[in-house]
Amino acid sequence: MKILVPVKRVIDPYVNIRVKSDQTGVETENVKMSMNPFCEIAVEEAIRLKEAGKAEEIIAVSIGNQSCQETIRTALAMGADRGIHVLTEEKVEPISIAKILAKICESESPGLVISGKQAIDGDNNQTGQMLAALTDMPQGTFASKVEIDGDKVKVTREIDGGLQTVNLNMPAIITTDLRLNEPRYASLPNIMKAKKKPIDQKSPDDYGVDVTPRVSILKVIEPPKRQAGIKVENVGDLVEKLKNEAGVI
Amino acid sequence: MTSLFYIEHANGKISDQSLKAITAASQIEGDVHGLIVGSNIDEAVVEASKINGLSKLLHLDDAAFDNVLAEKLTQVIFNIAGDYDYFLAAATTTGKNVMPRLAAKLDVSQISEIVAVESADTFIRTIYAGNAIATVQTSDAKKVLTVRPTAFKAATTDSAECEVAKINAENIPSISEFVGEELTKSDRPELTSAKTIISGGRGMQNGENFELLDKVAEKLGAAVGASRAAVDAGFVPNDYQVGQTGKVVAPELYIAVGISGAIQHLAGMKDSKIIVAINKDEEAPIFDVADYGLVADLFQVLPELEQAL
Repeated sequence: MKILVPVKRVIDPYVNIRVKSDQTGVETENVKMSMNPFCEIAVEEAIRLKEAGKAEEIIAVSIGNQSCQETIRTALAMGADRGIHVLTEEKVEPISIAKILAKICESESPGLVISGKQAIDGDNNQTGQMLAALTDMPQGTFASKVEIDGDKVKVTREIDGGLQTVNLNMPAIITTDLRLNEPRYASLPNIMKAKKKPIDQKSPDDYGVDVTPRVSILKVIEPPKRQAGIKVENVGDLVEKLKNEAGVI
Repeated sequence: MTSLFYIEHANGKISDQSLKAITAASQIEGDVHGLIVGSNIDEAVVEASKINGLSKLLHLDDAAFDNVLAEKLTQVIFNIAGDYDYFLAAATTTGKNVMPRLAAKLDVSQISEIVAVESADTFIRTIYAGNAIATVQTSDAKKVLTVRPTAFKAATTDSAECEVAKINAENIPSISEFVGEELTKSDRPELTSAKTIISGGRGMQNGENFELLDKVAEKLGAAVGASRAAVDAGFVPNDYQVGQTGKVVAPELYIAVGISGAIQHLAGMKDSKIIVAINKDEEAPIFDVADYGLVADLFQVLPELEQAL
């Protein structure tokens, strides 16, 4: 079985975001970039399934500009076998990403697609579900546990009130939540080895997908800043202020 | 223009999240129809039919929908999609699961977790975990939206009952099945609808110490939450998590205990009305957003706080 893992390059989660002064977006020039944390979890899960003998090959896909190659290399260094880079300078929306991935699914026929539940830049949380719709595959979103049993996959999902378990026919789409696993760091020998692993370069045109955005960003601003309040001396003070000043208890 | 809003319910009650999110639907010009699914849910159906702003309620009365699966519910909405211009749901784990699947079937982009309706095609949403606020305009004819409940006031349920129409499930795929649910049992209110929340971070040191928070929560009628650090450390389950990758909350009072205030946590709670920070590190960034800060050892403060309430 093949596992397809889409990976996204995003601003590193520990970097403070700066909104551009012309309100057109967020500054990404000269900012540290990393693989989206949820995508790392997806790569890790695919590797663990391969190590457990449930999968033979892991294909990492990234869609975006030239530097996405680095993100694919990171996945290869962790343990993915080969990469597909769909090169485009356009900011590709989830629906178009899902369409490209659906085409890749057609040619690669993976038994599972494991993706992050959301990217921490756009916070959309859409691509996996959209890919599932376009390929008519079932979806196990926000997964905290994945168990393959024959031609079915049992997915434990993080839902608002607790956990939900679903059984899905394979091929299926899984999106990762935080507790699914703890991603490994790539070792130096594996980073070196990853340089020799193949990355296929494609374009959205190769898949016949029009990536023109349907949603335009009119304006991006900073959120209103919260003012730091006061320090209280002790618990008595705190309770008094909450009762009489704030009126919240 | 007509909007279709997916209404969630549990234990005979309409979800508070849905009541809040439906307010966004009411701000869009035109009628709002509701969709509710499940069998033996008369109570919830009656309550839903009285939601202020709803002009018609569709009820799929089918036991196959007592537990909602995205593959099936998406098909139900898709079957009637010709009648609607807007499709909305609260950005709960159900809404987030179902709506993008619907959007792709309709070949449109989804606008996720809107916090305001600007006009018929323009909406406001947060990106980068709330560190930036984007105004976005969609060119899609049909619009699929999820709504961040904390950004809207709950609709009341005191209108006259609207028309209730039964619908059927057709062409439902059977590629997935529901196995079970393990819901966290708690006498506390739900995090996302609680008026008061007390959350613990890495400073709690272990899961047992969360009992200290439980005791204070009991006095306040509060929900208990946690930072991602506390969840990652295994102190509490993931559904406690408040933050960018967990739940976004906006209670009247948020008490952060032993939480340093990482960007990722602030993203989930900084819209709370009053924020209290209790931390022994006076340099902790949480104090920059707190209305009231107490620099002290939480293991002393929590028992004192319990006593004082």
